Amino acid sequence: MTEPILVIDHLKVDFQTDEGTVHAVDDVSLSLAPGEVLAIVGESGSGKSVTAMSLLGLNRGPNARFTGTAMYKGTELLSASNDDLRKIRGAEIAMIFQDPMTSLNPVQRIGDQIAEQILAHEKLSKAQVRDRVVELMERVGIPRAAERARSYPHEFSGGMRQRVMIALALSCSPNVLIADEPTTALDVTIQAQILERIKDLKEETGTAIILVTHDLGVVADIADRIAVMYGGRIVEQGTVDEIFYDPQHPYTWGLLGSITRVDRPRGERLPSIAGLPPSLLDPPAGCHFRARCPHEFPKCLEVPPLEDRGCGHADRCWLTVEEKRAKREVRPGEIGLANKEEVAPV
Amino acid sequence: MSADVTTPAAAEPTARGRKALLEVEHVTQWFPVKSGIVIDRTVANVHAVDDVSFTLTEGETLGLVGESGCGKTTLSRTVLKLLNPTTGTLRFDGRDITKANRRGMRPVRREMQMVFQDPFASLNPRKRVGQILQTPLKQRGVAKDQLQKDAADLLDRVGLRREHVNRFPHEFSGGQRQRIGIARALAMQPKLIVLDEPVSALDVSIQAQIINLLEELQDGLGLTYLFVAHDLSVVRHVSDRIAVMYLGKIMELSPAEELYDKPIHPYTQALLSAIPVPDPRENRARERIVVSGEPPNPINPPPGCVFNTRCPRATDVCRTVIPPLTEYANGHQAACHHPLNVTAEEIATSIRSDASPKLAGDVVPDLVPAGVTAGS
Amino acid sequence: MGRFIVRRIIGMILVMFAVSILTFLIFQVIPNGDPAVRMAGKNSTPTQIAAIRDTWHFNDPIYEQYVYTMKQVFTGSLISYSDQTNVWQEIKKGLPRTFALGIGAAIIWMVLGVSLGLYSAVRSGGFSDRLLTVLALIGVSMPVFWVGALMSYYLGYKFGWFPNGGYTEIAQGGFGQWIYHLILPWTALAILFVGVYSRILRSNILDTINDDYVRTARAKGISERQVLIRHVLRNSLIPIITLWGLDFGLVIGGGAVLTESVFNLQGVGQYFAEAIGRLDVPPVLEVTILGAFFIVLLNTVVDIVYALLDPRIRLGS
Ligand SMILES: Nc1ncnc2c1ncn2[C@@H]1O[C@H](COP(=O)(O)OP(=O)(O)OP(=O)(O)O)[C@@H](O)[C@H]1O
Ligand SMILES: Nc1ncnc2c1ncn2[C@@H]1O[C@H](COP(=O)(O)OP(=O)(O)OP(=O)(O)O)[C@@H](O)[C@H]1O
Ligand code: SF4
Ligand SMILES: [Mg+2]
Ligand SMILES: [Mg+2]
Repeated sequence: MTEPILVIDHLKVDFQTDEGTVHAVDDVSLSLAPGEVLAIVGESGSGKSVTAMSLLGLNRGPNARFTGTAMYKGTELLSASNDDLRKIRGAEIAMIFQDPMTSLNPVQRIGDQIAEQILAHEKLSKAQVRDRVVELMERVGIPRAAERARSYPHEFSGGMRQRVMIALALSCSPNVLIADEPTTALDVTIQAQILERIKDLKEETGTAIILVTHDLGVVADIADRIAVMYGGRIVEQGTVDEIFYDPQHPYTWGLLGSITRVDRPRGERLPSIAGLPPSLLDPPAGCHFRARCPHEFPKCLEVPPLEDRGCGHADRCWLTVEEKRAKREVRPGEIGLANKEEVAPV
Repeated sequence: MSADVTTPAAAEPTARGRKALLEVEHVTQWFPVKSGIVIDRTVANVHAVDDVSFTLTEGETLGLVGESGCGKTTLSRTVLKLLNPTTGTLRFDGRDITKANRRGMRPVRREMQMVFQDPFASLNPRKRVGQILQTPLKQRGVAKDQLQKDAADLLDRVGLRREHVNRFPHEFSGGQRQRIGIARALAMQPKLIVLDEPVSALDVSIQAQIINLLEELQDGLGLTYLFVAHDLSVVRHVSDRIAVMYLGKIMELSPAEELYDKPIHPYTQALLSAIPVPDPRENRARERIVVSGEPPNPINPPPGCVFNTRCPRATDVCRTVIPPLTEYANGHQAACHHPLNVTAEEIATSIRSDASPKLAGDVVPDLVPAGVTAGS
Repeated sequence: MGRFIVRRIIGMILVMFAVSILTFLIFQVIPNGDPAVRMAGKNSTPTQIAAIRDTWHFNDPIYEQYVYTMKQVFTGSLISYSDQTNVWQEIKKGLPRTFALGIGAAIIWMVLGVSLGLYSAVRSGGFSDRLLTVLALIGVSMPVFWVGALMSYYLGYKFGWFPNGGYTEIAQGGFGQWIYHLILPWTALAILFVGVYSRILRSNILDTINDDYVRTARAKGISERQVLIRHVLRNSLIPIITLWGLDFGLVIGGGAVLTESVFNLQGVGQYFAEAIGRLDVPPVLEVTILGAFFIVLLNTVVDIVYALLDPRIRLGS
């Protein structure tokens, strides 16, 4: 394996709020190799965005506390000064945000917003910047780019704004791209095109990508490795095939089970995971999934470790491998389990 | 599933005979493009919604899908009269509301609510969740001492914690905020809820919960939904019928299951094929037909069929004649000159739908596109 | 845009019409309002009063009086009842003074309000922020005439650092003297607004700073200062600038009455105040109409500027 470009070790993020401390991220360790696509999937509020934003220090503030480390090319990101981070932001590590509708300044022209990013890191003439902006916009598939660069965000539909966000992120050819739900607001034909573009980018430049998403279709399409988050923790981590065909954690089973598919007949009710995500203010003792887990037993009152079952496939569950195999078979007809040939350890 | 043995699901597709709740007839929404320094002149129009007709019957769910910018949001806002239609007629509960002014709309307004595409921008950031929910409750005339309890009940109902009433929207994650949006709509006890991409921001297990919740609410309260989404797999689950939109026009309108088994319009097929399969191996093995190109500029839509610039089956007639909405069996309508998945007999027994655009040509669909190898 | 302006002009005419009628009627109904009695003086005979009534058209039906008076207003020939001077000439004398006061104070309160608002937003929660909050609260709650009187008494009369009221034209005393005479009135008038503006800007900034596009800007790797100025401040200033226009309109349109009187600036406001004291209808009427004109005018300008600053706003729709 190549040397990882980014290594997150025991990241913990707490926010002080009126009601108490929110333990948004609780002991997350991840590594990212150059050219790799690492998908972070998980429930709404499980801490995916907080993890992603912590890397660039975008959620720093008086009420936020970060512990652990995140090493990028010899720089420790969590403790880096704002000035050091600034040189990395946009140029080395770029980010695409969840919500294209509000992520662009409403009173600034699209072209100017992209130009600002370029000029933050490179000294170019006005004409050079203009050409680059148009080229970038064309590259992400915005028609009539030269003309559209003079538009304001409200004149674009959601899909077009996300393209602008991608153009922004690409503008300084970053080494790491953090994409927080980049295709959530897009329809499928455009999503397919944008995923193709992200893949191209990865091939051409070797950019490593952290893809935060909840769309397992997208994950299956583009990711190399998957980290499943639940209640601020990573509950399972492994390659795409390991997660899809040999899922170890009951939450992952639930997640895979609740996928809707257009190529399968429609069922009665959608299978969903009952219950609510845990309160991060006062997280339950032991396994965070305990309250919703159908297989919970007394041992689960202790925090399960993220245990590596070999070759990087790790999960946080007290059930033994045999127990898991037996238990997950009682839920037939679900994705992943329909293809339940074992994955040979690589 | 063996639905075809007993009563096929398709036999009672549109709940005909039930009362029409919302009738949309030839509705057009153009946004003028203005220019000029002192005096603005309209130099062009964005054809955001272009001659769209459909009927929502009480208690049904109509799914509305289509490409980014095709006019789904504009259409949703227009049918709720948040925008006044440029032309066309809107009837709600039998009442013509096309010309109704603000006061005329007041009694109707309560009965039609919207859940917005954007859970971030649609909630007032300065108000606590309790206040956000109490405003509509008050408008509905809920007693003062009941407000707190009702607001907390609503949170319960949409799967949030009661203790959340005192939080501000920015303290929630995207998914949680959308639940607040749904709770706010429910507070008005509406008949019709227009849901504009309500689950797009949610992760799958929560999507499933919300969709199940929406279905339960529908069964319990007899709600009617217009469900806008870009995710065809989600739409399928909630919808009785599905309308596929492209560049301001309805391309296909079909009973939900049939759309997936038997897409008639080439655009629908392209959409279905673009959906990533949540299965890495199948996904790698599958050859995806990704339609190339971009939707054309709605200021200047192409003549004839609006899909002709991206359609693999397009012929000369597609580039000149606007295809009418042709109605096949089961009320399955499609606006295509060269339909897929239908036989010559089916075309022979098809009829031209009243919902066809007024400017549509008077041509009968033709099975094999002339000059194109019908190989796809 | 064209339609917008036409509509605003129509609106302006309607407002001025309404204001003039209202002022006119008020003076018809208030007790002791009969101008003829006062014009005739203490020891006048009923015949004298009747004669005055006749020459000044006080016996005409009220609407004719109104039309007659308005004609005079717009031809600039309205005459004061109490001292028989031409009202428009008097207003013209006072206008530069009122403008000097209003423009200067507006600049001061904008500059100070924005700087202090920005400062306390950046330091939000800290000691200086809390101190500024208290100061702003004090500033907002002090009545202008009281502040003015205090300043005038201590700084002007007692210590003699500043002139004790009055106004000097630039042509007469030079620029230095002009400013010297205006510093106290400017400050007195600006204090209230500085408090309000710094508070509003502070809360705008704190709202904007959490907006998603500010996060995007940060992720670009531009400096915190650029984020603050180009994105946060620019977007938070838009509502402040429009407010500024409206407040300026109010001050010019008669809002500085007290300040002018306290410092004896002899501007339009003071003229207005004195006319009210004498129950002298013509000056009150004309100043009111003029004030309404300025307020509506500034409103229109503000709307246009707003649309220029925020592309999401479309005029006239
Ligand atoms: N600044 C903050 N102050 C307090 N709590 C916060 C803050 N930012 C995030 N949180 C909390 O941290 C938790 C994790 O949030 P995060 O945005 O990472 O979720 P997510 O996994 O990205 O969810 P989604 O899929 O809905 O975007 C949430 O419970 C959220 O309420
Ligand atoms: N106020 C407006 N002025 C001018 N054009 C507009 C306006 N609102 C929408 N449009 C245009 O109308 C078309 C339809 O927009 P709409 O927002 O309805 O699309 P949509 O189908 O909801 O897209 P998405 O899936 O991205 O939300 C787009 O081309 C858009 O640019
Ligand atoms: S009408 Fe023609 S262009 Fe349009 S979808 Fe059908 S075949 Fe394609
Ligand atoms: Mg997130
Ligand atoms: Mg939309």
